[in-house]
Formats: sequence, C-alpha cells, structure tokens
Amino acid sequence: MNVKKKLLTCAIATAMAGSLLSLNAQAETLRIGYSADFETLDLHEQLSGGVLRFSHMAFDPLVRWTKDFQFEPRLATEWEQTDDTHMRLTLREGVTFHSGNAFTANDVVWTIERLKESPDYRAIFEPIASVEAVDDYTVEITTTEPYPLLLNLATYVFPMDSAFYSGETDDGSDKAEIVKAGNSFASRNVSGTGPFMVTERRQGVRVDFERFDDYWDTESPGNVTNIVLTPIAENASRVAALLSGGVDFIDAVPPNDLDRVRDANGVDLIEIPGTRIIGFQLNEETVEPFQDVRVRQAVDLAINQEGIADRLMRGFATPAAQFSPEGYSGHNPDLTPRYDLERAQELMAEAGYEEGFSVDMIAPNNRYVNDAQIAQAVANMLSRINIQVNLRTMPLAQYWPEYDTRQSDIAMLGWHSDTEDTANFFQYLSFCIDEESGAGQYNYGSYCNEEIDALVTAADSQTDLERRAEMLREAEAMLYEDVGFVMLHWQNLGYAAADGVDIEPVVNAIDFPYLGDLVIER
Amino acid sequence: MIAFLIKRLMHAVLVMFVISVLAFAIQDNLGDPVQQMVGQSVPESERAALRERLGLNDPFLVQYGRFAKNALQGDFGYSYFYREPALEVIARHLPATLELVFAATLLIVLLSVPIGVYSAIKPRSPISRFFMGVSIIGISIPVFLTAIVLIQIFAIGINVTLFPQDISWGAWLNATLSTQGSMPSFGRGHDLVHVVGHWDTNLASWDGIRHLVLPAISLASIMLPLFIRLIRAEMMEVMQSEYVKYARAKGISMRRVYFVHALKNTMLPVITVGGVQIGTMVAYTILTETVFQWPGMGLMFLDAINRADIPLIVTYLMVVGVIFVVTNTVVDLIYGLVNPTVKLTGKPA
Repeated sequence: MNVKKKLLTCAIATAMAGSLLSLNAQAETLRIGYSADFETLDLHEQLSGGVLRFSHMAFDPLVRWTKDFQFEPRLATEWEQTDDTHMRLTLREGVTFHSGNAFTANDVVWTIERLKESPDYRAIFEPIASVEAVDDYTVEITTTEPYPLLLNLATYVFPMDSAFYSGETDDGSDKAEIVKAGNSFASRNVSGTGPFMVTERRQGVRVDFERFDDYWDTESPGNVTNIVLTPIAENASRVAALLSGGVDFIDAVPPNDLDRVRDANGVDLIEIPGTRIIGFQLNEETVEPFQDVRVRQAVDLAINQEGIADRLMRGFATPAAQFSPEGYSGHNPDLTPRYDLERAQELMAEAGYEEGFSVDMIAPNNRYVNDAQIAQAVANMLSRINIQVNLRTMPLAQYWPEYDTRQSDIAMLGWHSDTEDTANFFQYLSFCIDEESGAGQYNYGSYCNEEIDALVTAADSQTDLERRAEMLREAEAMLYEDVGFVMLHWQNLGYAAADGVDIEPVVNAIDFPYLGDLVIER
Repeated sequence: MIAFLIKRLMHAVLVMFVISVLAFAIQDNLGDPVQQMVGQSVPESERAALRERLGLNDPFLVQYGRFAKNALQGDFGYSYFYREPALEVIARHLPATLELVFAATLLIVLLSVPIGVYSAIKPRSPISRFFMGVSIIGISIPVFLTAIVLIQIFAIGINVTLFPQDISWGAWLNATLSTQGSMPSFGRGHDLVHVVGHWDTNLASWDGIRHLVLPAISLASIMLPLFIRLIRAEMMEVMQSEYVKYARAKGISMRRVYFVHALKNTMLPVITVGGVQIGTMVAYTILTETVFQWPGMGLMFLDAINRADIPLIVTYLMVVGVIFVVTNTVVDLIYGLVNPTVKLTGKPA
C-alpha cells in the first residue's frame, strides 16, 4: 500500500512536471528595460550599441564573439584563409528569412556590398576589396592587402534578405537605400534570419518581438517566445521597474544602485568587466609642458586609478594601464597602474615645473558612468603636483562640438574598439594626426610617436596572429612608457534580471546579449 | 467677443514667431545633432556631408527663412530621431500628456476645494492645522523626490523591521507599515483603449487607470498645496465681507452661505490662477514623465534635447506656446461668464 501510494505520487508529480514543462515551452514573455532604444531598424544606417543589440535579435551574424573573445560559427559554419588576401566562408544551409525567402551566398554578397556603401561602416569595411559567391553556400572575400581582422569584421555582417530589400517602394524610392535620419524602407521594415521578428514598434516607447517559428538554430536552448522592450533612460526608474516586477531584465545598472539590486529579493545582478577604456588626453598644442614626456608621466603617476575604481566607481570598473582589456589580442599583462605621488612630484621638478601651471579640462556629464565625478577627482589629484585644473562639465550633446574644437587642455574620452581589437585604439586615439587617411581622428592632444604608429601599422598587415599579438603588446608597452593617453579604467557592465531569467550565459563584455539563447525558468 | 478672439489669435501668432526665432537662435548651443547620428569612428568627411544634407551649414537667416516658409505651410520639419514630421511626433505624444494633466487636475479640484473650504471655515481645528502643515511640506518637496518615494512605497514595496518582530504589537506595526507594492512604476501599460486618431486612452480600463495613479499623484503634488492655501485664503477673506455677514444675519443656513454665497466669489481668482497653472503643469510633466517613463510630450522633449533633435525641440516649444495662449484665452472667457462685471477687451463697455 505504501509503495502504491508512492508510485501514485510519483506519477502525479511526473505528470505535473511534464505539463509545467510544456507550458514553459509554450509562452515565455521577456520584458526588457534597456537604457536606450535602437535608433532605426536599418542595420547599416547607424553603427551604435542599440542597433547592434537589435541586430542580434532580428538577425544573425556570420560569426559572433563568445564570452572569452573566440569566434562562434553562426551563419558561416567554416572559414579558411586560402592565401594572404583571400578568405573562403562556408555558409549554413537550410536557413530562412522572416519573409520566407531562403538564405544564400547572394544575401551575404549583397549585405557586404551595402555595408561598403554605408557612411558608418564604410571605413571599417575599407580593407575588403570584393566579395563573390562561389556557389549557393560559399563566398570568397578578397582584401586589398593581407588583413588579419576579417573575422572581426564578419561579426558585423548580419546577412539581410536581399530579395526583400530590393526593388522600389510605392513612392518610387529604392528599398535598399540608406538614409540617415530619414524615412527609408529599410528603417521601417525588417526581414532577417534572427530568432525574433518585430511585430510592433513605437519608437522610443516600446517594441514587441515574437519568436520566429522557422528559426534555424533548433539546438538553441532559448525558450523566450515574446519580448516587450521598453526603453527607460532614467537610471532610477529603470532600477525601480525591475524591482517592482514591471520588467524582467535591465541593462546599465548604475553604480549607486549596485548594492540595492544585489540585496533585493528575487533579482540577480550580473557584473562583467567591459571593454570601453575611459581616460584623458593631454593637449600638447595648447600646453607646452605636456610635450615633455616627464610631465605626462607625472600626470599619469599622480592619478590613483585603483582609488577611483574602488571608491568612486564602487568596484564597478577595472583599473587600466593600457588600451586593451583582457581577452584582446594586444592585452599586455605586465602593464599595471603605477600610482606614485612622490615620483610624480620629482618628475615635475626634473622637468622644471615644480611650481606647476594651470590648465582647462572638459568632461561630459551624462555619457560615461560617473563621468563628471571622475573628472573632479582627477582634477583634485592633479592639484597635488601643482597642476591647477579648471574643470568644465557639460551634457553630451554639447560635449562633442566642444571636443572637436580641441581648445581645452585636457579632455575626457571613452573609447570602445569597433573591431574588438587592440589596433583600433591606437589608430583612433594615439596615431599622429593625418587628415587625409583619418588617422588619429580622436587624438585630442596631437600626441605623436611615429615608432608606435609604424609598429601598429606593421601588425595590421601581419596575418600570423601570434606574431601580431606580440607586436601589439609591444606597442602597448611603448605607449605606457610614453604616456600617449592617460588611462583610467575599463567601465564594467551591469545587468540585472528577475529570478529564473538566466541571463548569465547570454550576456558578454561586448554588451550585446544573445537573447535568442536565453532560458527562462519560473 | 469676436474682436477679443481675433486679438488673441494675433497674440498666438506673435508668440509663435518669437519662440521660433529664439529656439532657432539657441540651436547652436543645443549641441551637434550629427554627432548623435553617426558612429564614433565615422570620418569627418561623412559628417560634413550629412551636415550639408541637413542644411546645418547654412547661415542662420537662410535656415530660419527655410523653416518659416515651410512652417507657414504646416510643415515643421522632420524629427531626426523619430524620422517623422515633428508635428506628427508631437501629436502622437500629446494625448498621454493631456490625460496625465487631466487626471492630476481632477485630483487637485476634488481635494483642494473641500480641504480649502474646510480649513477656512474651521481654521483652528486640528484637521485644518494638519492639512496646512502637510501642504507646507508638499510645496517644498521636489516632484522628482515625491515620485521616487511613491514608487518605492507603492510599486516596489517597503519591508519595515523597525519594531521587534517577536512581540505581537511589534509584528503588527511592522506588518502595518510595510507595503506590498504592486502598482506599476512606469509606462502607460498595455491595456490602452483606442479612441480616435493618435488618442489611446488610459481612462477606459482598470489597468490603464492603475498606471495613471502614481504619475497623477506626483504631478498633482506640486499644485495641490498651492490651491489649498489659495482657496483657504480667499474663502477667509470672503467670509469677512459685508454680503456674507448680511446673509448670515438674514438667517440663511450656514451651509448655503458657505457653499452658495461665499464659494462662488472665492473661485474667481482660483480660476485665473488655475488656468495659468494648467499651462505650467504641462511644463512640469517633463519631470514626472521622466521618472515614470510616461510616453508623453515631456519625456519626448527631454529626449529631444539630449539628442539635439532641433526640429522637434523648436516645434515642441511652439506647440507649448500655443497651449499657453489657448488656456489663457479660455480662462478669460470663463472668467467673463463667471463674473459678468469683467469686460473682455474689445467688448463695448
């Protein structure tokens, strides 16, 4: 009798579990509160974090980054560097677009050609000379010169439905055209291969997604069937929305709320070291002393990176002494922050600036985490080596025009490498300025060290990746000695989700959660 | 009457003209919209081309001339972010704001009149003193804080453990002071009922009303104390006047004296102030809407400023200008109806 009872209980339990499971498989709605809405549905109209996040929802890239910066096959299953300037990619078969069209090599060719037309991507895709469809599921990419970062670029290739985006709209404009801030076909209509289809969108208010029934990745554990995305820009409101159960998942948890979220019941916080370097640029054009490497070193030594990361950022940042975060090819583990106030004062004296001087500093106040406070802290630290700082902070919309004039003496900048690679930092932030090639476009201080430039340039045509990484590590070490950029930290990323929404496996340092693979178990 | 309206119409045109010139004049200080529209690594040449296409390189007068010409034909330009005509974007966000203002106004009217009248009639009663005290606090707390506190208490919930849990009264106090928090903390909800055009209403469903409650209370919290105090002061003054004394001497019931004779005259200045304040309230929604992520004009305007979405900013300012002119006109008309001794401009004396 006892055994019978047990059996019965077991049977009931199994039946219940079974029915629960099937319920789970039926409908799981994920309500997201992101800090920003994506600007447009046209992937090539704007290169922004928001649009790329959207790309990973409605589209699939050829390859994507894993958590530890390896390449994971998506729509490309295999790749082979056939010689110095050619790469052959094998594409996945049996993939369909949301429109029902089949995915083939032509879509990849079409997409890369469109990327080369896009104002935002043109520069990044410059190294690619041409793309050809060898057969339905093979493409060959030809580069102008040996180029080691083709796979990095492939993470930006989200094949678009070429048939869907070809032809003319009712009012006679080309469906494929890329119009910035305009009303183009592609900015309002989507057909990708991704796990989610857009069902409704009210820009800036909410976006509804539904899982794509014919999604190719049937091995994905993801069980989210619907997504409601509400952009909530205000930090306090976003956190409140999660804590009150109004949304299940938020990004950009502000440092001041970390403890609150960590301690709250029914909510999990996930922190990931990010890849955006925050730092300062010293203007050598307006301040003569900054041309002296000893003064630059003194500035670097006077700043307590660890203190800022610990206190001001409440541990929500990783102190930095180089551009490349861990995981990047050029990350040099030997370079660590070297705060040493006494040495800094000595260097100032050696350079003949014991009395110090006074400078202007500009910083944004709504772009990076705690940006204005960081600038204030750095200003105070510099006063200890007698550099008197007159700090001005301003909202982002006014900061960039001000930054572009290069009138101030010290400027704050955060930079994320679009290629997730070390060379990009150097090319934009520390290369000698060359208007024609666009090198050093964000080199605020006109810093110039031709030796470093030559090394990085050589690395960029080195297809032996081991050798290349070595050269980049060397470049980091040289920049560290020469203080071409005053490093502060890499800003961490903070995500939080309700219990049962298992975001840990799908979020990454690149800040694009792979929501197609998200599992919800309530 | 007609002459009055025509005069007001001319006012409106003048106001819009001045606002548009001012808005255009400051646009250079609003930031660079192009920076927001391109990725960080986009070369300067691409930016210059975009700037040229948007006509941002033209001299001020040329830009303004182009804007004015189009605006006269009802075209206020395209919002950079929404990729739609600016007026259309505002029309889509307007109903949310108007419903919020309406709900807040309703709260203010329903609460301020009885409380104000009561504390005028019985100025020394403890309840009056309590309301006066609360209204001082209410007037001095910024709406942002009110909103955050409301969210914490009613949306997230608070768990009080101040009193000893093992003693029965302690446990009871803890339980009484703790809140569950189940009110929605953001947005308009998903249960909107479509009325007409761009107007989806919150007022026709239970879920919609629940979403409206907290934002409406925080918006009302700014004006409510002001109106309670205004009504109280006016009422007390009216109570001293000769005609009220006479009415009382005649033996009319006190209720009639208060609510028919005295209240009518109390409301005159209240209507004037109220009309102006409704306009101000539209402006205050910026804060409330930001905290509650209420998808109305205020939130839209703040976003537009952050994005340097100039066409939308200029259009918003002009629309708000018109709202002010219209509410003032309506107030003046109502005032004329309520108090026949007031003469509208243009009416023969």
